[in-house]
Amino acid sequence: MIVAGIDVGGKNVHTVIVSDGNIIAKAEGPTGIKKAEAAEQFYNEALKQAGLKREDVERVVATGSGGKRATFADGYIADAAADARGVIRLVPSARTIIDVGGEEGRAIKISAEGKVLDFAVNEKCAAGTGTFVDTMARALEVPVEEMAKMSLQSTRSIPMNAQCAVFGESEVVSLIHQKITKHDIARAVHDAIAGRIGSVARIVGLENDLVMIGGVAKNVGFMDSLKRELGMNVVTPDDPDYVGALGAAIAASAGVLEEEVKAKVVEKETIEEGK
Amino acid sequence: MAKYEAKRLDCWGKAKELRAKYYQDYKEAHDRGALRWEGGAWTFDAIPQALEGEVHGLTEEPYGASVGANPEVQVRYQEAAEGKWGCANDLCAYLRNYWGSIILNEFVFGGEWPKADFIFQNHICCSHAKWLQVAAEIEGGDVPFFCFDVGVGAYDKIAERQINFVVEQLYDGIDFLEKATGRKLDDEKLIQNVKNTYDSSCYWAKTCMLNQAIPAPLDEKTMFSLYVLGTLEKSNKDVANFYKNELYPEVKDRVANKIAAVGDEQCRMLGDSQPPWAFLSVYRYLEQYGVVSVANLYTFSLIGWWKIDEQGNMVPYPTLEEQGITIKDRDHALRLLTEGELKGKLMWAPFYGANYKNDLVTKIAKQWKCDAAILHLNRGCEGTAQHQMEMKIALQNMGMPAMTFEGNMADERQFDEPRTKRLIDLFITETLGLKKVAG
Repeated sequence: MIVAGIDVGGKNVHTVIVSDGNIIAKAEGPTGIKKAEAAEQFYNEALKQAGLKREDVERVVATGSGGKRATFADGYIADAAADARGVIRLVPSARTIIDVGGEEGRAIKISAEGKVLDFAVNEKCAAGTGTFVDTMARALEVPVEEMAKMSLQSTRSIPMNAQCAVFGESEVVSLIHQKITKHDIARAVHDAIAGRIGSVARIVGLENDLVMIGGVAKNVGFMDSLKRELGMNVVTPDDPDYVGALGAAIAASAGVLEEEVKAKVVEKETIEEGK
Repeated sequence: MAKYEAKRLDCWGKAKELRAKYYQDYKEAHDRGALRWEGGAWTFDAIPQALEGEVHGLTEEPYGASVGANPEVQVRYQEAAEGKWGCANDLCAYLRNYWGSIILNEFVFGGEWPKADFIFQNHICCSHAKWLQVAAEIEGGDVPFFCFDVGVGAYDKIAERQINFVVEQLYDGIDFLEKATGRKLDDEKLIQNVKNTYDSSCYWAKTCMLNQAIPAPLDEKTMFSLYVLGTLEKSNKDVANFYKNELYPEVKDRVANKIAAVGDEQCRMLGDSQPPWAFLSVYRYLEQYGVVSVANLYTFSLIGWWKIDEQGNMVPYPTLEEQGITIKDRDHALRLLTEGELKGKLMWAPFYGANYKNDLVTKIAKQWKCDAAILHLNRGCEGTAQHQMEMKIALQNMGMPAMTFEGNMADERQFDEPRTKRLIDLFITETLGLKKVAG
């Protein structure tokens, strides 16, 4: 059986094509403003990579904040549910998930079967998200990847506000004027986000194994800060930013529920009316 | 076909009519030579309403909520308050709506802002303590202002000393009223107003008790339109009659005949705090899953009076009739009013500690047979939002799934409807394992 999962996030779209439980193709790219078009584009890219046509795929399930804009999908599941399914497949011993993407950070407690037992979300605040990282990297005038590596070279800890991305940026400028090194500021930024995410994670309780996914999981500086903040080991699967899409594909292979199809039809009609 | 019969309340229209009349009376008061006063929903309105002649009050929180239910107007009023007074947008959302309304000289029910003749208020919280004081300044600085303190302890700490502390202030308040208005307080009116207050408060609680039935006869969204009358003028005879002689009997009948608020009830939800008023559609969104919000300490206790019985259950506070009390005179009326308010209004208790809130909310969850909790982390009201995370843990420790969503009761800029719906979908379909109902 060939199925597909598509995660339309606030910043990026991730798509996977799965054949008999194995990922055979994947594609990603910026979501942009036109989410429906981005979803189509990166689904088509994944299909092309796999050498498949749409009709070869038995079912597509979408997830993510823009998931319902993927009107070609057969169903939709909530992003935390997709995370749970994806993580439990990759790390069967997982019991706590932290997912930090471009616009949202969340912590999820799951059962051994991958059921979502509890969740906490860093809602209307950019301070615990990839957006915060991007903003601070811009303030330091370095690419995000370089800021991540720089923070590992820091030897001291500088407390920094992580309650607000706007105040955080202003604080970075102040630290630069105080001639604090970029390495130390980079570490302060990651420590601040880790503190914020740690607070969210503690709401659901931290139980091993703790798995970190989402785009920010690829940030080595943040991961170092998070492990120090939480004082526990953090498992990061390969391609952590694709786990949501994988979870959606797993949902697709499990079967699409009637109400999901009905919901999709209603959403499609609503979107078409809005054009 | 739905599991249960569901239909609208017969007395629904009457409730709407009473509310509309209240605001119309306030607006037109001066045209009729009547007095206008401002105060809070928890002000002891029985007292100013006992002045000779015609008197009409405006309670600040329901007014703030009415503005909050209208996103376009609300943003204008809030920006006026924030811009003119530089007040931060983490202050009480109702307060910002209210100040903005006065600053722009607009009454959300039409026309110019109707200036009050006096203000009679109590210190419910830090916001209330300053709210009408500032409103008096914005209204021109010449509105006589009186405020009394009620921070005497939770319901289980109320004894003669605490009642005396408040009653002595009420006597000062009566002196203030008579000097500010040139009218005398009519003791017969006061006695009747206190009786009406008891009836309004106790019969609302009795009505809420009926929601323990399965199926629930009322859903929370409907209850908001019903409790509001008690927040406007619980000392009013028409309001008391509505609760005692129309609403309560009708809801009892619904229970006896298994008439439901939501025909496909399959999950009973516990809520907390005020709802996001501009997005009450979220309750209808829940109903597609057969989820009905049946209980909330805020909804029950904002005007309802309760007590904890010997078995540790929350039960309605007894009416004066049930207590066998006939009010003798002014002093008796003031003491009974104070005692009922301080002992019966359990919503004051959380101000004194998380333990109170946890205790009351877990009692409600059990007694009203709730299956899960959806808690509004209300940025607009620090009073109702306090201890919510402790409360979530307390509910989860008793085995109840609970989720939170961030929002603001009356500042639509702080509520994200699509995200909230996504979280609700996740909670209901994944954590609770429910599917949408066929209806």
